[in-house]
Amino acid sequence: MRALCWTGAGRVAVRQVPDPELRNGHDAIVRVRLSSTCGGDLPLLAGRAPYLADGDVLGHEFLGEVVAVGPQVHRHRVGDRVVVSSTVACGSCWQCRSGAPWCCDNGNLVPEASELAYGQAVPGAFGRPTAAGGFAGGHAEYVRVPYADVGAYGIPEPVSDERALFAADAAPAGWLAAELGGVHPGAVVAVWGAGAVGQLTARAASLLGADRVIILDPLEDRLRMARRHTAAETVDPRHADIPAELRERTGGRGPDICVEAVGPAWDGRPRSLAGRFTGAAERPRAVYEAVHSCRKGGTVVVLGEFTGQVDAFPLDAVGAKGLRVRGARPHGAGQVPTLLERMARDELRTEHLATHRLPLEEGARGYALFRDRRDGCVRAVFSPDLPPAG
Amino acid sequence: MLARLAGARPRVNPADLHTGAPPAGGWEVVTINRPPNEVLPGGRRPEPLRRLGRAIQVDVWPAPAGRGTELAARIRPGATLPGLAAHVAGDDPARVVRTALRQAKQFAETGEVLRADRSPIDRGLAG
Repeated sequence: MRALCWTGAGRVAVRQVPDPELRNGHDAIVRVRLSSTCGGDLPLLAGRAPYLADGDVLGHEFLGEVVAVGPQVHRHRVGDRVVVSSTVACGSCWQCRSGAPWCCDNGNLVPEASELAYGQAVPGAFGRPTAAGGFAGGHAEYVRVPYADVGAYGIPEPVSDERALFAADAAPAGWLAAELGGVHPGAVVAVWGAGAVGQLTARAASLLGADRVIILDPLEDRLRMARRHTAAETVDPRHADIPAELRERTGGRGPDICVEAVGPAWDGRPRSLAGRFTGAAERPRAVYEAVHSCRKGGTVVVLGEFTGQVDAFPLDAVGAKGLRVRGARPHGAGQVPTLLERMARDELRTEHLATHRLPLEEGARGYALFRDRRDGCVRAVFSPDLPPAG
Repeated sequence: MLARLAGARPRVNPADLHTGAPPAGGWEVVTINRPPNEVLPGGRRPEPLRRLGRAIQVDVWPAPAGRGTELAARIRPGATLPGLAAHVAGDDPARVVRTALRQAKQFAETGEVLRADRSPIDRGLAG
């Protein structure tokens, strides 16, 4: 089959790779109809993540049609249209049963890698390095989906592919951020980043009853899109003193909940292998600003996946202001069905985020547009069914 | 206690099993979201721990707050892992025990051990 593979720092290419096989009774094979770029891919693309190898297939946000199921799959059958959660979770361990599938104990093939990095094994995800327990990604014609009864969700008929696609990762990430932040009626929420995840965080906050939602982003086209589709207020940080602006808009208190949805910055420079394992991340400016701006006793949610360690973190502010700081890896279990229902009721619209639809063969161009935020690109979406240009 | 839990006579050496307070010293431990009698059915060690034979000690006790069962294993002092395990272990025998515990946990919780995709070489597609 054809798949968009990482081929070195800053490079991807479509290659012929073996078709996936059913390897466990809980597996399904999905024929991909759409897959999306995501900010979490950029450090991988740049060659900044340890363990990524030539030939690893990228893409963790995808949907498609079930073409084969293992004998232990009971919720899906061949022909079902499904969207697949980005993180692999078993649904049976204590973490999954406790409502935290993003902390699953059994979804990683090489737990030693994350144990070394984080002290605990974290679940694998599609489109992540296979040497670190990840699974081949969705920028391909077919994908193997482990624990398919848990991670794949049937799509209600009225929901289009273009809308349902973002139920795989961006919408659950936004919803999770709002939930972890404790958004409640009357809350004031600030979101750093007006990309897909930032916009869907803002929308989730509105649906959960937030009184005001403020999005910060330096790109005017994204701010315009956010105003149109989320009804949030917008701030261009290039023209504002952010803490002062947020104090002014919140009666001097600061936002109750601050969400970092910017993700890692990328300066375009690849790292050495040693640097990939040991190097510090770029300074997460948005996290610093969120900690600084948040009201006393408020909550800061960090959604970005930072491939490195961050020093000079304002821990003194966290203590002095009594903040709660939450991190989260998005996973849809428990959220995806609700999100799909909201999509079916037209409460949650996401198709506008797919600003560029391209054949798989134009994966390199799509990632370049997305990485450089050129041509108004919010998300480049690939379809293996689209014929290559020319 | 295991015999009571399992309703059957343990098939492992009772000296290997312990159901009191968690012991200290060199144990690898996993928490399995299943009751003890499912973790050690009939008092038998689950695979793949069983394959490590007498080289390891196994222990089990209920996890707090309804989290299931804590299953522990460690290599006996001076023991040598059997067969292929000895080659896999290299200079870190505890790694074999950790892997075996994880696989036992996965099997008890999900009914199977998660398998990686086959490589092109395994499929005969290389070259």
